[in-house]
Amino acid sequence: MDKVTFKEKNGTLTAFVEGELDHCLAAAIRERIDAEFYKRMPDELLLDLSGVSFMDSSGLGLIMGRYAACENCGKRFALQGAGERVMRILALAGLDKTVAVRK
Amino acid sequence: MKNKPVNEMKLYISAIPENEALARACISRFVSAADPTVAELADIRCALSEAVTNCVVHAYKNTEGEIYINARLYGDRRLTLTVADKGCGIPDVALAMTPLYTTDKENERSGMGFAIMQSFSDKIRVRSKLGAGTKVFMEKYLR
Repeated sequence: MDKVTFKEKNGTLTAFVEGELDHCLAAAIRERIDAEFYKRMPDELLLDLSGVSFMDSSGLGLIMGRYAACENCGKRFALQGAGERVMRILALAGLDKTVAVRK
Repeated sequence: MKNKPVNEMKLYISAIPENEALARACISRFVSAADPTVAELADIRCALSEAVTNCVVHAYKNTEGEIYINARLYGDRRLTLTVADKGCGIPDVALAMTPLYTTDKENERSGMGFAIMQSFSDKIRVRSKLGAGTKVFMEKYLR
């Protein structure tokens, strides 16, 4: 059930994450997201968290890492479908103002 | 008796990433009996997940080890959580608890584990001894 799927449209690569985004899942999907990103080199990487039922600081690490990777390549990074709990954890790290968040 | 918990759970689990979800599932079930709010339950699950992840990632550094979890629920709706390991220990607890501080940047640790535990519980105490292990105690009052 825990997985990540991809869709590319108009220069945006969307990674749809599903499941509980903890250390276990973050470690499992990190390389898969990076592999797709570096292979396709889209204008924007969009991380869709609407299928995420739980997130802790490991999920935060995954977000921070992809954000940094996009910055390094001069690409845009955004989050989509982040629930109230995800937003609260982002805010704790002061990332709610740094990372673009879409509905 | 005031100091006797109405319910108690003791868990010994292997320090493997898969058991982060197991710990969350167990504490959810344990706390559900006290009818917590959705937010309280989410706080507790997340705080415990952080403590268990620290054991897997930092205390045992992804090698074999055992994590001990104790949860107690008291009549005054106080929940206590203890998470203990026999791992490497923390050289400087105050530094480790600083938001965004991490010793493991290459594995994309956010450095927010203790900050989340602190924010999602009412009280946290961390005792650690180099080479002997770490014990995290958290307390949270349910409304």
